[in-house]
Amino acid sequence: MADEPLLDVVALRKEFGAHVAVDDVSFQIAEGGSLAIVGESGSGKTTIAKMITGLLAPTSGTIRACGHDRSRPAKGAAERRRRGGEVQIVFQDPYSSLDPRQSGAAAIDEVLALHRGGSADERRDRVAELGALVGLDDRQLHALPRALSGGQRQRVAIARALAAEPRLLILDESVAALDVSIQAQVLNLLADVRAETGISYLLISHDLAVVRQITDDVIVMRNGQVVERGATREVLDAPQHEYTQLLRASVPAPGWTPTRRA
Amino acid sequence: MSDAFLELQQVTVRLPISGELRTVLHDVSFRIAPGEAVGLVGESGSGKSMTARAVARLLPPGAESSGTVLFAGNDVAALKGAALRAFRAEVAVVFQDPRAHINPVRTIGDFMTEALRTNHDVSRADAAAKAVSLLAEVGIADGQRRLEQHPHELSGGLLQRVMIATALLTEPKLLLADEPTTALDVTTQSDVMAILDELRRERGMSMLFITHDLELAGAVCDRTAVMYAGQLVEERTSSALHDDPLHPYTAGLVGARPRIDGDVVRLSAIPGRPRSAFEAPAGCAFNDRCVHVVDDCVASRPALEPLDGGSVRCHRAVELRGRLQEGAAHG
Repeated sequence: MADEPLLDVVALRKEFGAHVAVDDVSFQIAEGGSLAIVGESGSGKTTIAKMITGLLAPTSGTIRACGHDRSRPAKGAAERRRRGGEVQIVFQDPYSSLDPRQSGAAAIDEVLALHRGGSADERRDRVAELGALVGLDDRQLHALPRALSGGQRQRVAIARALAAEPRLLILDESVAALDVSIQAQVLNLLADVRAETGISYLLISHDLAVVRQITDDVIVMRNGQVVERGATREVLDAPQHEYTQLLRASVPAPGWTPTRRA
Repeated sequence: MSDAFLELQQVTVRLPISGELRTVLHDVSFRIAPGEAVGLVGESGSGKSMTARAVARLLPPGAESSGTVLFAGNDVAALKGAALRAFRAEVAVVFQDPRAHINPVRTIGDFMTEALRTNHDVSRADAAAKAVSLLAEVGIADGQRRLEQHPHELSGGLLQRVMIATALLTEPKLLLADEPTTALDVTTQSDVMAILDELRRERGMSMLFITHDLELAGAVCDRTAVMYAGQLVEERTSSALHDDPLHPYTAGLVGARPRIDGDVVRLSAIPGRPRSAFEAPAGCAFNDRCVHVVDDCVASRPALEPLDGGSVRCHRAVELRGRLQEGAAHG
């Protein structure tokens, strides 16, 4: 049991009609690990996140998280709640993932009441603690999303996901829409939270520099298939597959010149 | 100076925002020489897109502006009739989201040839032939077939290449490119940027390239200007700007971006969030986020002063010169 990975995905496949979005994908994340799935539009990376969180059912293959199978839809509210307590997700766009009529504190409290219980006072303390962890002050926690900046909203979304005390947090392009200076704050925050709580990350991203910053391992996907996998540093420093090499060569850096494909 | 092709002199723009006129651009001055590419880098609300709109005379309704935009020596604000139409043909714009700037119910051919047919008296067949040859230049081989397609039949990368080809049809002398590759995948971005850069050089076109990505601007622009809260805070050659920033905000941008190579170090995040011009504090607009702030920075707004072959808007620029990159790495 102790040796079982936190997340174990085996031969995962998803078809939409005749289109195969995810084709025989397998990977594992150890307790406390951090894995990135890298790919461009249409590579199937977000479809995998949706299958792990239960928003889509796989065509075939298995998903095990925290020792429980989640390849099929949950049977009943109790199992759905248990799954929610194990894996949480932060989406790309904090403008559409928060309820516009609910303050951050209320959103976090709702998750606490559902997943952790406790008295109103205990929950209030925990909301303040989570707020402090992600760098939101009391005024920001009690403001409606429209009064917050994109970075502040994404902090609320992260605090809300952490409130369930999941063992795995899926970050689906969670920093892609943020300004550079705000993105740095959120990346530092994610590194701190992992160091403090031992949480695992599954980062879905197209941004190789972000991937290098917060993950240990990476799989590279193209057209639904895994084309390369390995330690993040090694894959980025010495990519083996020609597609990974193309991705790596396309990142603007000092001295970089754009190249025409054909 | 006579070598300026486009010149902005103290351009200030106010827009009606929630019922009152608020400043979104403050005292923006810069120049672009013939054939030169200048990058304009900044975060949301910095005013970079509004600068392009001020140049193209595409400010939103109700905008009030002061200062002067000179294009080839003429005051753009005073252009009328035929002169304004000629200006529109000589200054082309490519926007971030091609799908938002193309009519979804008309064909690609209608869209591409409209300006030529209506403003330049070119026949339908000649305009189509010209469109096909430009599509070939941006790497779209089957142009004739593409002209009959509708926008939804093309991918984002393909559609952005159509937008670039369309912008070049009237043989403009200045291209305003506003985040033209931000919505594209990274390999497509590389491809589109290469096309843009190559065509620009071949035609000796000037370009104002707007982006949030300092590295991308550096790759295709001779000089880069950084905007913060509606003001230009630094403007230099692209390599000097990246390697030896003079303004604390530029250094902050460089240090905040994760690196694609080398050891992973904690990012030097700039505290707080980016400001719009009307939210900026008195004195230096960056003073509430700057680690080098002193009393002077709160007391008075620095002017854009020449330094080291560029210019910078910081009271402490001379004193901090050469120390900012180091500070960024450890801050």
